[in-house]
Amino acid sequence: MRRYFGRKFLIYGLTFLLAVTIDWLIPRFMPGDPIANMLSRAALNADAAQVLYTYYTHAFRLDLPIWQQYLNFWNALFHGDLGISTYLFPTPVVRVLLRAVPYDIALLLPAILLSWLAGNRFGAFAARTKWLDNTVLPLGYILTATPYMWLGILLAWVLGIVLGLFPIAGAYSFDLSPHLSWRFLSDVVWHWFLPFASLFLVQFGGWAIGMRNMIIYELEADYSHYLEALGSPRRLVRNYAFRNALLPQLSGLALQLGVIVAGALVTEVVFSYPGIGYLLLSAIQNQDYFLVQGCFLFIIIGVLVANFAIDIVYVLVDPRTRKGMTGEKA
Amino acid sequence: MKTAKGSEFLFFALRNPKLRVGLTVVLFFLGLSLIGPLLTHNAPFDYVNPAGADPPSSEYWFGTTTFGQDVFAQFVEGLRATFLVGWIGGGLGTLIGVIVGFTAGYRGGLVDEALNMLTNIVLVIPTLAVLLIITAYLEVRGVLIESIFIGLTAWPWTARAIRAQTFSLRSREFVDLARLSGMKSSKIVFTEIAPNMMSYLLLAFILQFGGATLIAATLDFIGLGPTTGISLGLMMNNAVLWGALYLGMWWWFVPPGLAITTIVGALYVTNVGLDEVFNPKLREM
Amino acid sequence: MSLQVENLRVYYQTLRGDVKALDGATFTIEDREIMGLAGESGCGKTTLGHSLIRLTAPLRYVEGRVILDGAELPIADMARMDEFRMKRISIIPQYAMNALNPTRKIGTMTQELIRSRRMEAETSPEELRRRLDLVRLPHDVLNMYPIELSGGMKQRMVMVLSTLLNPSLLIADEITSALDVATQKAVAEMLVEFRDRGIVKSMIVITHDVSILYQVADSILVMYAGQLAEKASTETIIRSPRHPYTKMLVSSLPTVGVRYAEHKLAGIPGTTPLLLDPPQGCRFRDRCPVAFRKCVEVPPFLELAKGHWVACWKEFGSHA
Repeated sequence: MRRYFGRKFLIYGLTFLLAVTIDWLIPRFMPGDPIANMLSRAALNADAAQVLYTYYTHAFRLDLPIWQQYLNFWNALFHGDLGISTYLFPTPVVRVLLRAVPYDIALLLPAILLSWLAGNRFGAFAARTKWLDNTVLPLGYILTATPYMWLGILLAWVLGIVLGLFPIAGAYSFDLSPHLSWRFLSDVVWHWFLPFASLFLVQFGGWAIGMRNMIIYELEADYSHYLEALGSPRRLVRNYAFRNALLPQLSGLALQLGVIVAGALVTEVVFSYPGIGYLLLSAIQNQDYFLVQGCFLFIIIGVLVANFAIDIVYVLVDPRTRKGMTGEKA
Repeated sequence: MKTAKGSEFLFFALRNPKLRVGLTVVLFFLGLSLIGPLLTHNAPFDYVNPAGADPPSSEYWFGTTTFGQDVFAQFVEGLRATFLVGWIGGGLGTLIGVIVGFTAGYRGGLVDEALNMLTNIVLVIPTLAVLLIITAYLEVRGVLIESIFIGLTAWPWTARAIRAQTFSLRSREFVDLARLSGMKSSKIVFTEIAPNMMSYLLLAFILQFGGATLIAATLDFIGLGPTTGISLGLMMNNAVLWGALYLGMWWWFVPPGLAITTIVGALYVTNVGLDEVFNPKLREM
Repeated sequence: MSLQVENLRVYYQTLRGDVKALDGATFTIEDREIMGLAGESGCGKTTLGHSLIRLTAPLRYVEGRVILDGAELPIADMARMDEFRMKRISIIPQYAMNALNPTRKIGTMTQELIRSRRMEAETSPEELRRRLDLVRLPHDVLNMYPIELSGGMKQRMVMVLSTLLNPSLLIADEITSALDVATQKAVAEMLVEFRDRGIVKSMIVITHDVSILYQVADSILVMYAGQLAEKASTETIIRSPRHPYTKMLVSSLPTVGVRYAEHKLAGIPGTTPLLLDPPQGCRFRDRCPVAFRKCVEVPPFLELAKGHWVACWKEFGSHA
């Protein structure tokens, strides 16, 4: 087990290193000059602009040699300082991100958990009978082949516009400001539902199909045949097959995280939902160096933490990893 | 023995319903992308309808956009872009994946460890985020660049699958036999191992094709696709941008998304069908 | 216990047609009899073993009856067979080393199995521990996962599990094939002990290794290409077989101490027929040194001497 976690930490460590380096590199190659951009919006005269330009260049430390900027970046990282956003000047990047994180968690956590649990249950059902299989399977394939944004658009149009049941933009109504009350919370949930649904449905299809295949595979395993030969009721055989099939589905979840994050990003764009994905896009469009860096960093950290959480759950659930007999796992 | 295998494969291939349905759908869209532009005399960006947005009619099969552009013309042109990205992006992804996976599986040892680590790292990083940022650098983007970048980030899945397959093949008796008889390494690779990998390559390519299509559509939708030309993702982007949702202009955003869903879905089904053909154990009795 | 099998026919379904893996088996097993079931790979012995207890796709029941202790076994009905499984008839499968759920502690799995079959009254934790002692497994195994056990230990665990409810008939399918010679002897002796202590009444020991049968079996049934060739006591089969196939099988066994220079190993020339479209009549006739024109008809399995059945036209002729 030590070996198992040792390898994981090495991968996460290297990934983090690589990601931070990419993160630091990105803005150096962004087209346009963010400071000039920012100043152009302030509509100053040429002299004042020049003074402020030098000031901000120094403040953002862009006049230092490259290697020093890199080290400074790491230093700032460990102090929790991700710079100041030029797009939302003068808010610090960290604060902008922290405002967006709750919306992402509210969207992603339920969507991932519920779709995984429900999808696996459904996939297991489908493996039971032929007629269920014939309905669930095509549905699953269609859902998993659907691009996230198109499902979002469809849901927005049908349930939002045509039927008028849900709002299709923002995290809460424009005439409200965040405060703790039933009215606000129910409004938030009302806005949350469609983006959640579109994330849920696409993933659900994928898990259902995967589980169905895994269950069939487990039902054909030697231990299943042995139980049948000993006259076990179907219930027990199916129970064992289900538990064993969950394991590869769990590691599959870890592998899907990158795809799910992409899906969330695009869903946020469709619904103008103020999560980190939406923020990243705005930052790119407005050439905000630091916000882009910050978003990317948060996304990476989020994915690594989620991966790690899944690794822990996996060890708890699969006795084989604990007894140190598996060499290769996700 | 080889000819018997080939014709046996064809026999099962043609009888497999999933393969037939899936392939038919994909080929239908492929055909549409090729001859579609010939069916209409409107170019995608021409302002052909002075009345602006119009629902589908006999004159404009898929209706027109807010600016009076022919949606059908945009659609068939966009299909071409989609297929192009699928081929190039999917092909590149498969190529890299096969090289990495095969080298790791065949060589083993330190090479395997290193390549495996690389694969895992690229797998963990959410590639869309990276792609977003990379494509944002580039002032001018074309379909080719987009495909290349997609190929460069989508290969880990294939690498893992090919690596696993190489491992199992490498330790099979017939490879040992070839090695014992003094065959050169490269010859072993090409004559003994490669034929068994063909099926996996095909399956991997189909999945990569579908994946590349989806990623490209997503990038295009966000507005970071090719700066010129039209694609299905870009159509959806434009539709949302110009309020097609609020104006109920379903003909603008439904066809592109439906086409992508159908093509990718058909690819998955084809994949399952092919898997059944290649693995006799999966064939239904 | 008594087992009567009457004209059992079970085929394998494949896309190219039915493989006639078991084509007309009729024999009986007496109480306390350990019958060895021998033959080459593909002769139908495992098919026979599995047909008695788990007849499901790709196996297809064609015809025949199986009567165990006076009651007809509904072998073609997977659901109704549950009543008999483990209690009246049980199996130690060929894949015993993979037969335990890898993610469940062995003790937990055993408990869940017993409880789900509502057999708590018929067996107790003490009895389970006594059985473990019998096969020389430490009681700790109940707290372990299958992955922590060696292959031999897993197999012995399966032996305990399969016989826990004292079945009348136990089918042991190639249980010594994956073991080293010393362990083979130990396992074979355990089997006999199960019978001697009354834990099981009778046994069918399926193997391609005739020498094991010589150690443990009271009688041997020899099969060839889906048909029964000969059944007699072990002594008779080894010392005075009558079916040409049995004769060649026994004589092709190497004898300890004899060297190649003195006595070349003789195999049986030719190969077994494909059972997708088997030859008419006796399926051994193409390799048989004494085949004659009558052999194009299927020879019946007749009792030529007390407890000695043979299916060979040549032998009937000489008997008459």
